[in-house]
Amino acid sequence: MSRLLGRGSGTVIGGRAGLAIDPKLLAILAKDRIVALVSGTNGKTTTTGMLVAALTDSDSEPVVTNTTGANMPAGHVAALIGTRPSGTVVLEVDEGYLGHLIEEAHPQVVVLLNLSRDQLDRIAEVRMLVDKWRAVLGRLEPVGQGGSGTVVVANADDPMVVWAASTAPDVRWVGAGQVWHDDAVGCPACGGRVVFEASGNWGCDNCEFARPERFAWLEDDVLVMADGSRYPVNIGLPGRFNRANAAMVAVAAPELVGTYRQPRVSVGTALARLAGLHEVAGRFSTVQRQGRVIRLLLAKNPAGWTAIFDLLDESSHPTSPVVLSINARVADGFDTSWLWDVPFERLAGRTVVATGERCRDLAVRLRYAEVDHQVVPDALEAVDTAVRGAAPSSGPDGPPSVEFLGNYTAFAQLRRRL
Amino acid sequence: MSTTAGSRTPLTVVVIYPDLLGTYGDGGNGLILARRAEWRGLEVNLIQAPSDRHLPRGDLYCLGGGEDGPQVRAATTLIADGTLLRAAADGAVVLGVCAGFQLLGRQFPDAADRPHDGLGLLDVTTRKGSGMRAVGELVATVDEAAPAGIDGARLPLLTGFENHGGVTTIGSGASPLARVITGVGNGGGDGTEGAWTDRVVGTYLHGPVLARNVGLADLLLGWALASRGETFPRVALDDVEESALRAERLAGVGNVRSARSDRERRRRV
Repeated sequence: MSRLLGRGSGTVIGGRAGLAIDPKLLAILAKDRIVALVSGTNGKTTTTGMLVAALTDSDSEPVVTNTTGANMPAGHVAALIGTRPSGTVVLEVDEGYLGHLIEEAHPQVVVLLNLSRDQLDRIAEVRMLVDKWRAVLGRLEPVGQGGSGTVVVANADDPMVVWAASTAPDVRWVGAGQVWHDDAVGCPACGGRVVFEASGNWGCDNCEFARPERFAWLEDDVLVMADGSRYPVNIGLPGRFNRANAAMVAVAAPELVGTYRQPRVSVGTALARLAGLHEVAGRFSTVQRQGRVIRLLLAKNPAGWTAIFDLLDESSHPTSPVVLSINARVADGFDTSWLWDVPFERLAGRTVVATGERCRDLAVRLRYAEVDHQVVPDALEAVDTAVRGAAPSSGPDGPPSVEFLGNYTAFAQLRRRL
Repeated sequence: MSTTAGSRTPLTVVVIYPDLLGTYGDGGNGLILARRAEWRGLEVNLIQAPSDRHLPRGDLYCLGGGEDGPQVRAATTLIADGTLLRAAADGAVVLGVCAGFQLLGRQFPDAADRPHDGLGLLDVTTRKGSGMRAVGELVATVDEAAPAGIDGARLPLLTGFENHGGVTTIGSGASPLARVITGVGNGGGDGTEGAWTDRVVGTYLHGPVLARNVGLADLLLGWALASRGETFPRVALDDVEESALRAERLAGVGNVRSARSDRERRRRV
């Protein structure tokens, strides 16, 4: 069933069955553990993987996590069941289930990355979601003696996240940056207009709502703390948005109390451990085919695709062929209209192959972007079409000669077939 | 390109307030209109008009779907600005989708179900539905009384994706755009989808609607040119990719989507 839905390995079924037998199973499993939650529209899986990497080295006890991206309660139960009932747990949480997870799992840390339009037929509009987050974050306990209560680590550059998290009693605001502003122009506080300055500062033109005082912020490749200390952000994952995710992780990791076998980490240690992380759940991984290195990238919505195009500008040869794969299953959202919010015009000049179950929608979008393209409905054939047109790679560790960009289930389908 | 094109002002397509009404990908409608005119040799100016500036004059205006709060702000701002009402009175073409359709009408509700004044360009009224949001693929037959396409024939089936909680009733001053085959549409029990009057068209269809229904795109372009006293250039476009998309969507919906699965889909959302 979950394979049919294109959603992963099948572990979720056990979790669903467990919850059917005892709806409080998640709360029982999470009791006595140190829990961190990661939520937001984009970067959840990657940031969850980064936080796990930041908390562990070869000597420490493994951190329990939902590595398959199964980020709803059945997936959380599946991740926790059968593991030692103590120690640290890092869970990626679907935006719509954050309230439920906070109530069941009593986290020490909640990391809130960003909020933008995604799967409008399932998750609902951004402002509806923000209102739900505000209510649940407002009920958090402040941090007290002995590690009780919850610290929220929130992106100070996303007005929607700030509006949601400003009800929480203890927040570490991180200036992680936010490229996508198109869902945040209408002020969530008063209906006025949120104005973004070139410096990155922002505020409403009608009320007091503005960027909060930051605990830390990203300046290019350096994480600057409000106390003046500076940490280089040299991480293994590519792209500006992953340095932003690293900044969130570097602030979140030291907030977890740790255990004897999982000692508390410093900002510097957390960042140093991210240098060795080169892929998370297959995202940013590379595979070889006929002497060509293919990089696998996942993007689900306009903000995510825009960030991935920035990554291509930063780290891909400007003429490297690109395979674009689009599905529209439950996990992707049934409506493909969002393709028209993605700046595909930026791919002009590359060889572009359109594939996936909704390649026809993609083809029409590319036609109006005036980007030359071929349509190859089978994803593996599409990859091979691009490979045939690509320059050979210098070696398995050389730069990628083909870029594969898929949305959620399109990405998972291709990984299974490679 | 016609030899006199240089002496005319370019055909101007205005996407209204993408910062407020840009949530559902409907900005694609403006791009589609602009490209289809350009590909026929016309000079085109495509403008993304933000809500903090005076709305520019144009030949074709597109309004898209948006969230409840921004929808109210868009309507209030457009009424105060006045340009759209004047342009429509002078013969400009207006396409409104979802929230953009609702605010072209007389009245629409906000998130708390308080009524707000629309622009009154369409004699329709929207209230909050009592049940689930209507979410899913929609297919509709263009109404017999609706305007014919540029080839003189009735427009073919409309296909699109709807996602709304509003129920829209058509008054005596407007006519239904289409009759629903599968999906919900206006939702008032009369089986209609969308509405039109003169050169103003409203619909609940995303997709965007003009990507899946290029006949409607060309109809709107034809109106805009007629309003300028120009004739539609008889340049056939190679719409093979649009046709493939239409065929796939219509086939998928016709076979798979029964009335029962409609109800189930709505319940799940």
